[in-house]
Amino acid sequence: MPCFQALCLAVVNISKHILSIMQEGADFTVEEAGGRTTVTITGPMRVSTIGDIDSLLREIEEPVQFVDISQVAPIDTIGAWIIYRFACDKGAEVLGASEQAEILLDAVEESTSSADIQPPRDMLWIRVALSAGDTVFDLFEGAKRNIGFLGAILAAIWRTICHPSRLRGKALVRQMELVGVTALPIVGLMSFLIGIVIAQQGAVQLKQFGAEALTVNLVGRITLRELGVLMTAIMVAGRSGSAFAAQIGTMKLTEEIDAMRTIGVSAVEALVLPRLAAACIMMPLLGFYSSCVAIIGGAVISDLTLGIPFLTFLSRIQEVVPVYDFWVGMVKAPVFGMIIALSGCYQGMQVKGNAEEVGLRTTKAVVMAIFMVIVLDAFFAVFFTEIGWA
Amino acid sequence: MSEHDQDLDHDPDFPIVIEGVTNAFGDNVVHDELDLKVKKGEILGVVGGSGTGKSVLMRSIIGLQRPRTGSIQVFGKDIVAAEPDEVIGVRNRWGVLFQGGALFSTLTVAENVEVPLKQFYPDLEQQLLDEIARYKVVMTGLPADAASKYPSELSGGMKKRAGLARALALDPELLFLDEPTAGLDPIGAAKFDELTRELTDTMGLTVFLITHDLDTLYAICDRVAVLADKKVIAVGTIPELLESDHPWIQEYFNGPRARAALASKERGNELDKSSEGNA
Repeated sequence: MPCFQALCLAVVNISKHILSIMQEGADFTVEEAGGRTTVTITGPMRVSTIGDIDSLLREIEEPVQFVDISQVAPIDTIGAWIIYRFACDKGAEVLGASEQAEILLDAVEESTSSADIQPPRDMLWIRVALSAGDTVFDLFEGAKRNIGFLGAILAAIWRTICHPSRLRGKALVRQMELVGVTALPIVGLMSFLIGIVIAQQGAVQLKQFGAEALTVNLVGRITLRELGVLMTAIMVAGRSGSAFAAQIGTMKLTEEIDAMRTIGVSAVEALVLPRLAAACIMMPLLGFYSSCVAIIGGAVISDLTLGIPFLTFLSRIQEVVPVYDFWVGMVKAPVFGMIIALSGCYQGMQVKGNAEEVGLRTTKAVVMAIFMVIVLDAFFAVFFTEIGWA
Repeated sequence: MSEHDQDLDHDPDFPIVIEGVTNAFGDNVVHDELDLKVKKGEILGVVGGSGTGKSVLMRSIIGLQRPRTGSIQVFGKDIVAAEPDEVIGVRNRWGVLFQGGALFSTLTVAENVEVPLKQFYPDLEQQLLDEIARYKVVMTGLPADAASKYPSELSGGMKKRAGLARALALDPELLFLDEPTAGLDPIGAAKFDELTRELTDTMGLTVFLITHDLDTLYAICDRVAVLADKKVIAVGTIPELLESDHPWIQEYFNGPRARAALASKERGNELDKSSEGNA
């Protein structure tokens, strides 16, 4: 029973609460006298207390001559707006406005407008045609800027060759550290795992032919020729290509690059060349390191699951992997590095406007770099097979 | 002011009461036992050298920065100690204009104004929301067609006005302005000052105004609080502050720029008087 009583008490309390809320809100009454309709609004007309009074007022269909707001208090501009708009719609006169209400009604009256909330939009077919046209023009513009950028780089390289003292040694070393040395742990871990996967999955398939011993050939050749460099390129594009675009893009936004130009420093020489050179130098080293770690990964898993001893695996690698496999990887690596650096720096230099652009350009740089790397890799694969390095 | 020291919780004359607030980042103490009271209906200018924590103080009051110690009461509610849910009833009674406007870049100006309304009063009809957004945009001195523009299409001054329109969306009682005239040309700044004064009088606002702009101080502030030495070293009208012998205050209000601002204010007053005389 005490439980029931408590429940009743709670219900009473809640209904009291609801009542009190209802009493706090604004309300209105419609009265007709002598053919004239008066709407009397009462209570607080504030944004927190108006409730649905606006939609109820809109539902009144009969003509209204007077709006009595003498019992409205307090009032804010939103309440004043509702009263003002209602009176305007009906052509009614507002009566009994308090001093505060008068000020607010005047303020909202001065501020009326019928402007659009949404920007004007063209018809769908116009928008499609416009965006298609924009894309074509952007393509030409982009091609022009691309060529201009490459030209600027070639000119900067030529100047640096003529005057080697212009090379920014410190910046180059710094970039080499960022692109290469700091990437060692992540590239190593990735390559080790890839070596394990190739050896383990390869062994499962080769077992069907009783050729598990060929796992060594598989791991050695595929990592040195293809995967070592390719996976490293993807990793470097994600790590460094994006960083190039974001760094240079931010420097453009903060007008650092303009400041450089004013002082007479070439942004291409100071920013692009060190990054380009660093990527071209570090990619072969990272790619070779990646291949080696992948082979070690393959050797470890072969030792554990295939019964090929670790050292035997490594010595077999020397016998079955031709030297040109190593060169295939090493020729591709600097080209990939160049693509990544060019893409990152180019997109960074194209940033203008706002911070959002930096993000967009960074994404573009990474996507373009990875795409180009994979396309080029396919060309290289055909090319090297054709010249007999199969 | 000592007569107000008792029963601060329910004192409606002081919407903001800050007591013993200490803010620090690591070892860097920004505020040390800082006290400040803001009177209802006044425009309080907050000045101080760079790095004296003017913005930090504002961020503490609106709950973006939690002070190490002390209490900050806004409308009698302790912002520091309160749970997030409890502060909601206070949040819809203030509006904040951040330095750069801080408009949502993917929304038009009108949609920006509607955001707080939708957040706190989801039951409002879209038609009414659009009407409110329209008149608020015009009320803050923007051209009516600015309502449909995106923030990136606006100039710096227009962004500030749009930010003000959003800050005023809920018809707040308390308005925080963080350097509203910074980066505006002198004409735009003077107009913004005028607008602040007008809106304050119309809507009965209490304004907490951070500024570096001496013209703003002379033109519209009722009182000025000076932040220095990790405290509010003085609060009062400018003539009262001039009597202080604190070196920073003396340098600030007696520097060449301050004298120029005072002179222009006096010129303005004379013009007013002469025009009244003519009328």
